Amino acid sequence: MNIPELLEGKRVCVCAGAGGVGKTTTSAVVGLGMAAQGLRVAVVTIDPARRLANALGLEELENRPRQVSPERLRAHGLDVKGELWAMMLDPKRTFDELIERLASTPQRAEEIKANRVYRELSTAVSGSQEFTAVSKLYELTQENDFDLLVLDTPPSRSALDFFDAPGRLTSFLEGRALKAFVRPTGLGIRVLGAGAAPLLGGLRRITGIDLIADLTTFFGLLGDMTENFTARAREVERLLHAPETAFLLVTSAQREPIDEGIWFRRTLRSSGLPFAGVVVNRFHHDLGESLGSGEMRDGLSELLPEALAEQVAENWWDYHVLASRDQANVERLAGELEGEPLLLVPQLDDDVHDVNGLVRVHRYLFASDAERARLIEDVVA
Amino acid sequence: MNSLLGRRLIFVTGKGGVGKSTVAVALGLLAARRGLRTIVAELSGSDRLQHLFAPPPAGGHPAFAEVELVPGLFTISVDPQNAMEEYLRVKTGPVGQAFGSTRLFQAFAMATPGMRELLSIGKVWELAQFERRSREGEPYDLVIVDAPATGHGVGILRTPRTFAEIARVGPIAHQGGQIARTIADRSFTAVLAVSTPEEMPVNETLALHEALLSDDLDLDAVIVNACYPARFDAGDRKALEQAVATQPDRSVRAALRAALSQQARSAAQSEQQERLADRFGERLLTLPYLFCPEIGPDELELLADHLEGHVT
Repeated sequence: MNIPELLEGKRVCVCAGAGGVGKTTTSAVVGLGMAAQGLRVAVVTIDPARRLANALGLEELENRPRQVSPERLRAHGLDVKGELWAMMLDPKRTFDELIERLASTPQRAEEIKANRVYRELSTAVSGSQEFTAVSKLYELTQENDFDLLVLDTPPSRSALDFFDAPGRLTSFLEGRALKAFVRPTGLGIRVLGAGAAPLLGGLRRITGIDLIADLTTFFGLLGDMTENFTARAREVERLLHAPETAFLLVTSAQREPIDEGIWFRRTLRSSGLPFAGVVVNRFHHDLGESLGSGEMRDGLSELLPEALAEQVAENWWDYHVLASRDQANVERLAGELEGEPLLLVPQLDDDVHDVNGLVRVHRYLFASDAERARLIEDVVA
Repeated sequence: MNSLLGRRLIFVTGKGGVGKSTVAVALGLLAARRGLRTIVAELSGSDRLQHLFAPPPAGGHPAFAEVELVPGLFTISVDPQNAMEEYLRVKTGPVGQAFGSTRLFQAFAMATPGMRELLSIGKVWELAQFERRSREGEPYDLVIVDAPATGHGVGILRTPRTFAEIARVGPIAHQGGQIARTIADRSFTAVLAVSTPEEMPVNETLALHEALLSDDLDLDAVIVNACYPARFDAGDRKALEQAVATQPDRSVRAALRAALSQQARSAAQSEQQERLADRFGERLLTLPYLFCPEIGPDELELLADHLEGHVT
């Protein structure tokens, strides 16, 4: 099994996972590899490591995909038959553009963008990255002619944030909470019903009056746009549930990311979201298990000075502990998967932050099972 | 380094996956050893720390409980919902509580941008007060905050100030301003970043530092977690390569390869440590990589041992 088989017939690949597991790298490798096979691919990433970004030619936040020069990739021994495009998402700008698109008039859009609540909403608030990421993804499916879109989900502690955050923001924008007791009018806000007045009074007492004024102005400005937000949210939902979409879980073999991966798989299942498989990064393969520690020491002291042999044996023991841990964790995850694909990328000698690193990971993710086993044997034993 | 444990509030932040929670608890153990009544507050909405030292009681701990992990070290999982209910109960009495429990108000408050963050940090602030909000609350000598991953970590430090500015007047502005002043007071509050000696976490730590500086805040300490032991040097590498070339038994070869990888990784780590040392100098501390299936009580005590002597 490999990435091309996993993504057969897919137009959108969402790479999700806990923080620090190599999500951005994996997204880049998936994009790179599929482009190498002849597809027109765009990778949407949030905050790549500087060197990785530079390697792909992403010098700045442009907010629209830019083609990675084939020469750049060829220099690293990768012949790309298709096209690789990449973009770094600028959440603030994506949000602004969304407002411009959905507002009734350009003037209204400017007023919203100048509003204090909006400014806070579009930058500092957690969830704005997730919200804008799916929003951008949707736009790209509508406007551009890519064979495959790869989305690197925003950095967060938990893979599940990706599902919760956009909804929280959408329901705020839809104004569900406020709509029940105030109604935006052309000029401002009109309090509805007798019960609303004390409620607003209470809010004022607890939160401070100006905050309420800002919020009501904000919703007044949004006006009938809230319906557009609802419609948009529905479209995005449809896209995420489409059979041409695939969620790819990226994880390391440590306990916590694996535990989260299991939850993630269950959440996808219960929400009816399409799942493609798992990539486990930094896996410690254990290929030397056949020797006991005494035999290992003897074998090493024939080849190395005593002190060095001792160090190698000790290091080997440490490695073995990690390898056993990784094996047990991956088996636990596999138990949840019901036979869905699980691809292992070994712990490499260097962390991956440039095109050479991507090319190295690419070999594992795009190899056939037999080739991958051979590669691992070459590296590990 | 300035005294860390002499403050009352320490924010532990860093990129996802670098071991923030582990470091927060190890630091908490160290503080408890020194006789400080300490609490580690989890802001991520999870309650993993409660189960670190003992399995949870049947049915789990009550929400918002301050759970004692070892003598003198407590933990709490702070979530906005419970923080708001407590705030209303204490600040506005029964009327406010009844009012606050209406569905409308909850939906409104929770949807207000930044409100969740403000409520969480407000609870942290409350934990660090000499006089606690609730009558039964005993004061702590030290509150250690296991903050969300970096991007949001800065956000959460900035939230109170933003709120104070947005609301301008009224209780929220007042409280926001009060918390913002507490965070800015470096004799009261410390900010600590956890990193691993790898390119991306180091980049993020440097970026975090810059973001803090532009907010008139700073990092008081940077802890580099999971540093490999320096077992092999470049000379050893040559000997190892020669040994591999003799085509020994597969298992022996695997051990030699593992040693070669270790040497390469350890060298790469040193480079990254250098980058941090250049920026942070004396403020930099290191913790070793632990070769174990998972971090449990023994490992946390071990890490606290490592911090001993370096953290005052």
